[in-house]
Amino acid sequence: MVNTKVTLSGITLDNPVIPASGTFGFGYEFADIYDINILGSISCKGTTKDSRFGNPTPRIAECTMGLINSVGLQNPGIDKVVSEELPKLSKVYSKPVIANISGFSIDDYAYTCEKIDSQPQVGIIEVNISCPNVHNGGMSFGTDPNTALAVTKAVKAVTTKPVYIKLSPNVTDITEIAKACEQGGADGISLINTLMGMRINLKTKKPVIANKMGGFSGPAILPVAVRMVYQVFEAVKIPIIGMGGISTAEDVIEMMLAGASAVQVGAANLVDPCACKTIIENLPAVMQKYGIDSLQDIIGGSHNG
Amino acid sequence: MNQGTYSVLSNINIAKDVYKMILGGDTSQITAPGQFINIKLDGLYLRRPISICDFDENSITIIYKVVGAGTELMSRFEAYKNLDVLVGLGNGFDISKSGDRPLLIGGGVGVPPMYYLCKALLEKGVSPTVILGFNSAEDVFYEKKFKKLGVPVYVATVDGSCGIKGFVTDVVPLVGEYSYFYTCGPLPMFKAVYKTCITSGQFSFEERMGCGFGACMGCTCKTKYGNKRICKDGPVLEKEEIIW
Repeated sequence: MVNTKVTLSGITLDNPVIPASGTFGFGYEFADIYDINILGSISCKGTTKDSRFGNPTPRIAECTMGLINSVGLQNPGIDKVVSEELPKLSKVYSKPVIANISGFSIDDYAYTCEKIDSQPQVGIIEVNISCPNVHNGGMSFGTDPNTALAVTKAVKAVTTKPVYIKLSPNVTDITEIAKACEQGGADGISLINTLMGMRINLKTKKPVIANKMGGFSGPAILPVAVRMVYQVFEAVKIPIIGMGGISTAEDVIEMMLAGASAVQVGAANLVDPCACKTIIENLPAVMQKYGIDSLQDIIGGSHNG
Repeated sequence: MNQGTYSVLSNINIAKDVYKMILGGDTSQITAPGQFINIKLDGLYLRRPISICDFDENSITIIYKVVGAGTELMSRFEAYKNLDVLVGLGNGFDISKSGDRPLLIGGGVGVPPMYYLCKALLEKGVSPTVILGFNSAEDVFYEKKFKKLGVPVYVATVDGSCGIKGFVTDVVPLVGEYSYFYTCGPLPMFKAVYKTCITSGQFSFEERMGCGFGACMGCTCKTKYGNKRICKDGPVLEKEEIIW
């Protein structure tokens, strides 16, 4: 019997598989498809201080082995998330969840974080400083070590829950940003968010996406994600939630060998609503195939010494 | 919603670039006319959403036009090919609001969902009038299929090569009184229908989708009743809620 349990900042997950923010809503709609209590945890839809419609459509573009999205943080705002969305999720999901928050100023982040801090079902707060689809916010906080540090400090000051900072791959040196977050008191790092991308329609000769550019995700970006998780693992001591193109149980193991303590599955949920379920079901057999008794033991296993 | 393996039973060309595919498999999750299916295609990442034209206990008929890589690939599928399909997506049309003489207005590849809608209304004892719009005679399909249902059918072509010359909205004044309308087609046609049709009605929208089942927020639009995901809260919206 293999052991799929992993621990994140003192919270034990039955397995490391977590649907990524923005690909699973607030989870409850997937409860109609399968028993979502099999999931390690759920990273909820990115939440901001005020409600947001997001960007104009088209927001989606097909790519080879992936897609570009420019949803733009559509969400009902923190108050409705607390009063409506999280209670709906708690009816169908009994484990601690990851609340994903975003903002347009450091005060925004702190405000939203403080409100979410009071929710007992929230086990971890994931702070998105890497959304490529909003102007004057999101990613602009995650591409400079000083602002990454400032956001981290601001949210840490208003919560006692573990804080994971979600990083953008759209930087020259991701280890600098990760180190700044660690220095600011982050309990962990989530990476990677989507890569900035773009498609152009040959018939119209115009960008496919209304917002012109968006975030590229899917299996195509797995090698980039594995590389960045590997680099960040060597740069910081805090745990990493690895994500970017994970679609199979083999991908989960690869990401953990790179240094992830748990993983998130994003784009795969959109093409296969049962993607996470299938990965979780396949994990024990794939672990056995590669002689792995406990997933906790393989974290960072690809690093020398 | 059901995710399952569906087998291509037939796939034939019925008009210029337009194909009719029949898929065999479970249809128990289809709950209303106007719903759609979402097909996984080898080598392409996102599924392709296609509206349901007709279905019975164990088969689904879809009609699609070749407009890009996905539909081009589909047009080459032969019988017995198995496909991973999500079935029974979207809200579909609400036939309870039809009144006794509804109009069904389909334009181009917006025609297919009108077919099962027409059958569902007839089953309820309501006899609709059908208006089908195409660009040209070579694009026309399903005129006879609708006529076989025993309902009045009007065809309009933009170039006048078949039926009445003009747009579907040129036909509306010719059909007499109607109680309600249901429509599916391109956006310019929708705007014309919205202006022309005086009664209440329902529009089935199209949008680029990520997932097709409400997870990604990729296809959200603003309505007077709040933000709606075309894939899950739509594709059918009521006339009164639409913001153009």
